[in-house]
Amino acid sequence: MKPFEQIVQEHGPAVLRVCRAVLGPQDAEDAWSETFLAALRAYPALPEGANIQAWLVTIAKRKAIDQHRSAARNPLPVEQLPEPPPAGGAAELDGLWHALKTLPVRQREALAYHHLAGLPYAEVALLLGGSEAACRRSAADGMKKLRTLYREDRNAIL
Amino acid sequence: MPSFDLSEAGLLAGMAAGEPDAAVLARLHSRLAADAGSAGVLDLAYTVMDSPVGRLILAATDAGLVRVAFECEGVDEVLQVLSDRISPRILEAPERLAVPVAQLQEYFDGARHSFDLDLDLRLTSGYRRTVVQVLQGIGYGHTVTYAGIAALTGNPGAVRAVGTACGRNPLPLVIPCHRVLRSDGTTGGYRGGPAAKKILLDLEAAA
Repeated sequence: MKPFEQIVQEHGPAVLRVCRAVLGPQDAEDAWSETFLAALRAYPALPEGANIQAWLVTIAKRKAIDQHRSAARNPLPVEQLPEPPPAGGAAELDGLWHALKTLPVRQREALAYHHLAGLPYAEVALLLGGSEAACRRSAADGMKKLRTLYREDRNAIL
Repeated sequence: MPSFDLSEAGLLAGMAAGEPDAAVLARLHSRLAADAGSAGVLDLAYTVMDSPVGRLILAATDAGLVRVAFECEGVDEVLQVLSDRISPRILEAPERLAVPVAQLQEYFDGARHSFDLDLDLRLTSGYRRTVVQVLQGIGYGHTVTYAGIAALTGNPGAVRAVGTACGRNPLPLVIPCHRVLRSDGTTGGYRGGPAAKKILLDLEAAA
């Protein structure tokens, strides 16, 4: 079994991208931390040859649900747009998140799990429930909508 | 639908623009190591430090320092053995090794002649463990022969086994196998290479 440090190095960036796409830049870091802590706890019992990225994304999804729930319990003024951040990369991300958060959660998740985590739709279907085809459609619909929104958003920024 | 694919590529590039940078991941990593420590799920903490004998890998369990390794042994290889023999719940967590790192630095500066550390000897057993325990009695600046150690363990014929035990010492430097020489006065082998052994002997002779 690989040392867990190697798992963090290999999958940390992708899991953070997924958390950002599903939860937004603010909550992503808490979700990432909770995901890897839970993963570390369970790691020795993981069967040899398991798909580690899919396993991590499954945990991240559970953590994201917890965060959505606690956000619903403690509603924050999410409609308020954040201050424009100074760095270029962060501005891109905020613009993207601005567009992403208008998508239904299911589309956002299908998109993130397939395009950012690289999971095949069969794995995405296991995570989200429903058929493989339905997940493919969710991701495509999300991507289509995102393309329109993001383009508008980029034009507004530039 | 090529036009859709193109847009998709553009979008994915947009997501990559928000690529987590090294500083964010480093911050998250330290937070994970700290959280794992307080939750009691970090079985092994390690760090890598610079030294006059090359970079050193230090690993500790809750019981104490369990492994000191030389860079020539390979960081990945050393961690893999720790994962196989102790636990895969391993993270780089320098805070957990601050005391051994400081004491080793003092040793290399010539300011420390003995270590005051909790040691976890679980990586050594049987006769090798007996040898390792005898090695702990060799004082700074002193040397003993492999035959001398064999005699001290009450098994004067076990010179080769002493050599193997020194070569497999899980805690070199802290348990001073570098102070064991051949009967002909040559330095003999060393896990960190013969050059490293000579550096350590010269360091201690100068004090």
